[in-house]
Amino acid sequence: MDTKLVVMNEMLFSLTNWEDQMKRRNFLALAGVLTAGLMSTSALAADPIKFGVVSHLTGPLAGGEAVTHIPNIELWVQQVNDRGGLSVGGEKRPIEIVTYDDKTNPAEHIKAVQRLATQDKVDFMLSPYGTGFNLAAAPIYAKYNYPLIAVSSITDEIEELTERFPNMFFTLGSTSGFVDGVVTTLTKLREQGVIGNKVAMVNVADAFGIELADTARPKFVEAGFEIVYDKSYPLGTPDLSPVVKGAKAASPDAFVAWSYPPDTFALAEQAIIEDLDVGAYYSAVATAFPAFSKKFGGKIEGVLGAGGVNPDTPAMQEYRNAHEEVTGKVPDYWASATYYAQLQILEQAIEGVGEIDQAAVIDYIKANEFDTVIGPVKFDKHNNSDRYWSVGQWRDGQFRAVADTGMGDSADPVAKEGWN
Amino acid sequence: MTQSNLLPLVLGVPIVAAAAVLPLLVDGYWLSVAVYVLMYTALSTSWALFSGPTRYIALSTGAFFGVGGYLVGTGMSDYEQSYWTMLVIAPIVATILAALIGLVTLRLSGVYFVIFTLGLAEMIRNLVSWVQNNFLGSRGLYVLTDLTEVHIYWMLLAITAAVFLFGWLLGRSRLGFALRILGNDEQVAQHVGIDTAQAKVILFMTTGFFAALVGAVVAPRYYYIEPNVVFSPELSFLVVIMALLGGIHRLWGPLLGVIPFTLLWEVITIYLPNATTMALGIAFLLIVYFIPHGVVGLAEKFLKRGEA
Amino acid sequence: MDIVISGLLLGGSYALIAMGLNLQYGVARIMNLANGELLVLGALAAFWVFTTTGMSPLVTLFAVAILGFAGSWAVYRVFLVPLVRRSANQGQLEVDSILATFGMSFFLVGVMVSIHSEYFTYSFLASPVALLGTTVALNRLVAFCFAVLIGGGLYLWLNRTRAGLAVRAVAVSPEAAGLVGINVDRVSALAFAVGGMVTGVAGVLVSTFITLDASVGVIFTMKALIIVIMGGVGDIRGSIIAALILGMVESAVATLIDPGLTLASAYLIFLLILLFRPQGLFGRRAA
Repeated sequence: MDTKLVVMNEMLFSLTNWEDQMKRRNFLALAGVLTAGLMSTSALAADPIKFGVVSHLTGPLAGGEAVTHIPNIELWVQQVNDRGGLSVGGEKRPIEIVTYDDKTNPAEHIKAVQRLATQDKVDFMLSPYGTGFNLAAAPIYAKYNYPLIAVSSITDEIEELTERFPNMFFTLGSTSGFVDGVVTTLTKLREQGVIGNKVAMVNVADAFGIELADTARPKFVEAGFEIVYDKSYPLGTPDLSPVVKGAKAASPDAFVAWSYPPDTFALAEQAIIEDLDVGAYYSAVATAFPAFSKKFGGKIEGVLGAGGVNPDTPAMQEYRNAHEEVTGKVPDYWASATYYAQLQILEQAIEGVGEIDQAAVIDYIKANEFDTVIGPVKFDKHNNSDRYWSVGQWRDGQFRAVADTGMGDSADPVAKEGWN
Repeated sequence: MTQSNLLPLVLGVPIVAAAAVLPLLVDGYWLSVAVYVLMYTALSTSWALFSGPTRYIALSTGAFFGVGGYLVGTGMSDYEQSYWTMLVIAPIVATILAALIGLVTLRLSGVYFVIFTLGLAEMIRNLVSWVQNNFLGSRGLYVLTDLTEVHIYWMLLAITAAVFLFGWLLGRSRLGFALRILGNDEQVAQHVGIDTAQAKVILFMTTGFFAALVGAVVAPRYYYIEPNVVFSPELSFLVVIMALLGGIHRLWGPLLGVIPFTLLWEVITIYLPNATTMALGIAFLLIVYFIPHGVVGLAEKFLKRGEA
Repeated sequence: MDIVISGLLLGGSYALIAMGLNLQYGVARIMNLANGELLVLGALAAFWVFTTTGMSPLVTLFAVAILGFAGSWAVYRVFLVPLVRRSANQGQLEVDSILATFGMSFFLVGVMVSIHSEYFTYSFLASPVALLGTTVALNRLVAFCFAVLIGGGLYLWLNRTRAGLAVRAVAVSPEAAGLVGINVDRVSALAFAVGGMVTGVAGVLVSTFITLDASVGVIFTMKALIIVIMGGVGDIRGSIIAALILGMVESAVATLIDPGLTLASAYLIFLLILLFRPQGLFGRRAA
């Protein structure tokens, strides 16, 4: 039964990823997957360690999940299994992933996490995409004592949440830290004489967009900026030209958009068309996506956005190369690496504990420092890793961090010079 | 009052009692499935109470469910109200809203009403987001309570029982009688002096009330409210589809849609985790083509065959 | 002037989105909830061809038109004719077609996710054009021109040809059309197929300036339904005018009042029109 399931899942997985498979050696891959599926239960002596993940394969957040989470899991599984698996109790045990689709629906998500915990009895779970989903899943992780290393989850309530859920860890920063990065960047640019005081700010009128705009307003004023345009637009607005025209009419020195993926693309396109001439242009989620630079090419040189990485460290370079080689996709320049770091932390903690003991793994994560692709990660007493990049800037095809909390390796931001 | 009239009540009480002790027997996954079943049973049964007799296909469930969840979120996060206060306020607001919407739109004929209600969730989401954005501000809509899955299960069970009790009483009331006539022929209903507009509005209000109540009860399970997620057009469709699958001319019809649908969904999710949506689409098509009159139709056909 | 131009352009793309559904719902009597998914499928084709071969979406457009026509024809003949046959009345057909096309929309989403699960975004003709003292994006302008061509073409087809006459007759009354010797099944299939073709083409054009993903179709279905109902079911002029009104209103509200209220204002206009003209702008009163 189990064998059949594994084979069936793997086959479907390879079928549904046919686009990627076609690019590479498709027949060999399919054959390989089939034999691997059969071997994993018959030939190999060691039982696999089961990891569960509930993904948004469809629905509003599927586009982000497909960029930031799924390829990383694929990469990590391949790397670990190529090494023979994780060392637990003196033997190497391969990894097996159990995936469910929640269609970006919290009710489905909760049900699927329950299924992973109580029916599939997975050994560990990988964190979901989106603040809301991490929080909806947290009580179940807590109940069954799974570690939850939240990545795609940014909140100002870290302390209260980790008090409630002592098994929950945060890695991508807080809303305030995130906004502080932007304020610092603009302040630096003002000190360089690149921009003046006038900021035009727009935001998507949805949970995170509103929260960011609301946090940013007083912080900008406090830093001596004047907000000359401050409007929201609904999620799914088909035409953002009035927004960009309105911002342009206020003749700002800097443009800041607390945006979601589709509108991040649309705003940049309108800014190019309207020739929005600002010394600093910032948009939030998805600016770090490879698709963003693929779409606009050199035109977005100097664009600022949420995230950023330090692409120069050997660990990061090695990760980016492996990611592209194994999955055929370029990782994004933000949470991709942090999501991979989650997998590394789990891996090191499991091997460090030496057995499948969730409670011990949680304690291990709390007590130790981990060497990851984003550098050393150590959680503080609120289970928060206060080390993250917050603002990146596109330079020569790379999205380089220009502001951070606790990283200390950001470059200085430079002026945005036109849209050519 | 004859015995057969009270039969549903006699049967209903032990069923609810049995359901109430379920969490003592099962835990985890099956409890989650049960919560899911109850949530959709309450939603689609109350939906069918309105849409069955009036034949208006209301796609507004997502809107009222969203109002419930959103008000709980904003009340607790922005106004520091207790969960229980918001649990009372949310359905009242939704009922008033439903009354206003009903008064304005129930004059529209069938399909226009369908489309209006389809847009309603989006419209309300846009308006509340705009108000939140410009006047209230937000630090995120957290619903942090100490309620666990079991508590939510019991609350949903109480709501579901209330929906059925309401439906049963309605069937025996003057209003219910009026609705049956209205369902057969609106012209006739008007001629015999039934205020059809009033009857429709009252029923629409009850669907709004129950949908918002369910939204508010489920909110603590979500922990963090994203308007984008609670004002879900997909929820509206699912409720309609489950009700139609069961059959909307019997009080217990939608229940017979929700249970097989939930189980089918689970089977698909488990066996085809990477193609759930595609397989679900195919399952819908099969249902439409091979079970045209819903599960109730199927059951009644078999019963008739048994009698003959 | 800004408002009028950007409102016109936006209205043009709305008209593109809605015209196909109008034919499908108005003539073939199918409330096609998979309409938006078909549009996204067109967009995916344009994106896929453009990013892998660099071929212009304006070329892909013709292939999509042919495939959209053939595919919709086949769907109608195979899946929808049985529903039309078995339903005793319009209400039953509406329920059945909602369920069936909802299933199809799920299926299509699943197919698209397996092809490309990330955002469909690329740059095509994203350059500014000066037009009557304002700046517009070339890709939007091109889409608008196609909307005019398609809208004009459909209008001429419906009003100046025999086939068009048959289509309009079926739109008014399938029973009466059948009595005067029109092959209702055939005409409905034709209208459904042309509708699918227009929607697919709309997807190609829209993808040049809106970032889509596999799951976004329902938003377009909703918009299209609203426009069709607002304009009057079964009247192509109504859809075009309703689309332009929506475009203008959204653009005016975004510029003069607050971009945050655009979508809400669109629904308000929809409601007002329905209250004062319940059959839609150009609709016939229900018999």
